[in-house]
Amino acid sequence: MPRLPRSTQAERWTRPRVLTLFLALALLALPFADLSLGSHDAGAALARMLSGFIRPDFTAVEQIGRAIWLTVAFAVAGVAAGASAGLVLAPFYHLRGVRWLCIALRSVHELFWALMLMQVMGIAPMTGVLAIALPYAGIFAKVFSEQLDEADPRPAQVLPKGTDALSRFLYARAPLALAVMKHYTLYRLECGMRASAVLGFVGLPTLGFQLDSFFRLGDYGAASAIMICYVVLIASIRLWMRPVLAPLWLLASVVTLTLIQSPPMGSGALMRFLTQDIVPAPLRDGWDGAALWDWLKPLLLSEALPGIIATVLVAQIALALTGALAFAGFGLIVPRVTSRFGRMVGHLGLVILRSFPEYMLAYLFLQIFGPSMLPAILALALHNGAIIAHLLGREGEEIVPSLRRDAPRGLTLWSWELAPRLSGPFIALCLYRWEIILRETAVMGLLGIATLGFYIDSALAELRLDRALVLLIATGLLTAAVDRISRGLRRRTSLGEPRRYRDECC
Amino acid sequence: MSLTILDNETLGYGRTAVLSEVSFALAEGERVVLLGRSGAGKSTLLNAVHDRLAPAHRVALVPQDHALVPQLSVLRNVLMGRLDDHGALYNLTNLLRVRAGDRAGVAEVLEAVGLGPEIDRPVHALSGGQRQRVALARAWWRGGPVLIGDEPVSAVDETQAGVLLEQARSRFPTAMLALHDVGLARRFATRLVGIRRGAILFDAAPEDLSDAEIAALYAG
Repeated sequence: MPRLPRSTQAERWTRPRVLTLFLALALLALPFADLSLGSHDAGAALARMLSGFIRPDFTAVEQIGRAIWLTVAFAVAGVAAGASAGLVLAPFYHLRGVRWLCIALRSVHELFWALMLMQVMGIAPMTGVLAIALPYAGIFAKVFSEQLDEADPRPAQVLPKGTDALSRFLYARAPLALAVMKHYTLYRLECGMRASAVLGFVGLPTLGFQLDSFFRLGDYGAASAIMICYVVLIASIRLWMRPVLAPLWLLASVVTLTLIQSPPMGSGALMRFLTQDIVPAPLRDGWDGAALWDWLKPLLLSEALPGIIATVLVAQIALALTGALAFAGFGLIVPRVTSRFGRMVGHLGLVILRSFPEYMLAYLFLQIFGPSMLPAILALALHNGAIIAHLLGREGEEIVPSLRRDAPRGLTLWSWELAPRLSGPFIALCLYRWEIILRETAVMGLLGIATLGFYIDSALAELRLDRALVLLIATGLLTAAVDRISRGLRRRTSLGEPRRYRDECC
Repeated sequence: MSLTILDNETLGYGRTAVLSEVSFALAEGERVVLLGRSGAGKSTLLNAVHDRLAPAHRVALVPQDHALVPQLSVLRNVLMGRLDDHGALYNLTNLLRVRAGDRAGVAEVLEAVGLGPEIDRPVHALSGGQRQRVALARAWWRGGPVLIGDEPVSAVDETQAGVLLEQARSRFPTAMLALHDVGLARRFATRLVGIRRGAILFDAAPEDLSDAEIAALYAG
């Protein structure tokens, strides 16, 4: 029978088996991962930092204010540019060329974009704006086109036959999707704020840069102050970013960014970048297949391969830990499971962990634990675990009122009612975030952990952009492969695309 | 003169036949009303006739589900009836700011269907009956020789329905509607077509049909 292979396949990929597989992968990875605590005394470092953190020091208000405002400005300008480009591309997303362009744009992390753009434009405002706008254009194009596809097709169908394509789009397609598109753009701004903050770690004048300076000075009070401001800013985004105010914010951002002085780049930097720097070294004087292979082989074997292995090791361990934290933690914010006070604490903890991008958390943990894979794994697991816990908790909140009147409370409710009901969404969310975790793991190499980003950073530091490009492509392919597997697993375990969680993807 | 002809054709969605081997012709000046239970195949026949007519004739369409854009105002939804008369640039600027002439024209049409005061309200804020009248206003605004409507007055009360059908009669020389109210159908139509179980049961002038013959359409 033709149906048989499908059903056997479905039996092979039951949800418990998928879970077991991922746990086994993480356990297998564990012995190969470098989880050492570094040479210096983690306890003392932690104590020093904590004592600074509980006494936030707002006296450096000028520096803090400037870093925060520039973080907002880069985010607003970058997201606006990305959304505009995405909107233009969305109606053409079904064309293969456009789709591939978008996939390529978004497969490169913002920080990698920033590092590459710096080779052409230096540390200029445009570098930061484009580093956000380019990958976001790819993401916006995809999501906008999906939202347009999901909108009611009937108004477009009954338009008079001779109506031109633009009018058809503007009257009968775009208005239907406008509300969800606006909502998504606002959500993306939150992601943009995180991206913008992290861009500071590679030298742009945003929050990450200021945080790094405070840490280098050992000024933990000021570091604490700037982080508090940042969390408050992100948590209150819906209050200060109103659609009516958006043009104002955009104008202010653009004005601010154009006023930033940046060192001039030599003329012809772009041409040199495109025609010289990123062309593989052995090909710069003409095609030479043998020399290309001699150049490529050691690059792949001694940089790309170890980078990929380390990236996958960290990502798999982090994914398992993410799942464990999320599953154990989502009850914290569900009524009937946790008391009102407990829920407040739970929400606060999850908000803080969600607000800090993985990269920034990893940076903090690195100061405490010293260089190893441990800070990266902890950062990834805490941030992603908090996001999944938040989403599951919200689902739980919706389930609780519909439970029978004599349903249990507390841990019993969590384990007997909520955990089983939410196991499907839980696995879907974990699979969904797998790709994001991998992307972030790769970029953490910039902090000195031996993932792919480390090799990319080294190549860039030596101004060997051709090698960096090869490693970037390897990173993109790895991410794409994981995305593919994740999608396949979600389909086979009949979890499908968690459309309603699409919003929460950074 | 016959506007459209179906000759022994089988109509349906995908591979499921809804109407088998139907023959049907619509002549200029006729007002045809389709009668029959829901699911009998009225919409299928209407859609087929619309698709045959639309390339060569200007047809005003009132689909059963209205197919309005809820986020846009009543005014802009009605304007959609004439998008093909203008270029993209005209339509784009009209979307941003409707020209006074167009607004006045639409206001007149909305006045006729009793929606004058709602001109600037978004469609999602309207009741079901009001939405249906927006869909009718869109067809009135489009105008042309032929009106095709699938239950175009199902959501308004009987008095209003009579008034609206009277307007349809004066605005469009030729019309083809599906209706479920037999009284309204008798008054409006020059030709009644009864459809039952995917086939045409009768096709005659209202005065040649007895109530019993029509009732047979709806019998178990």
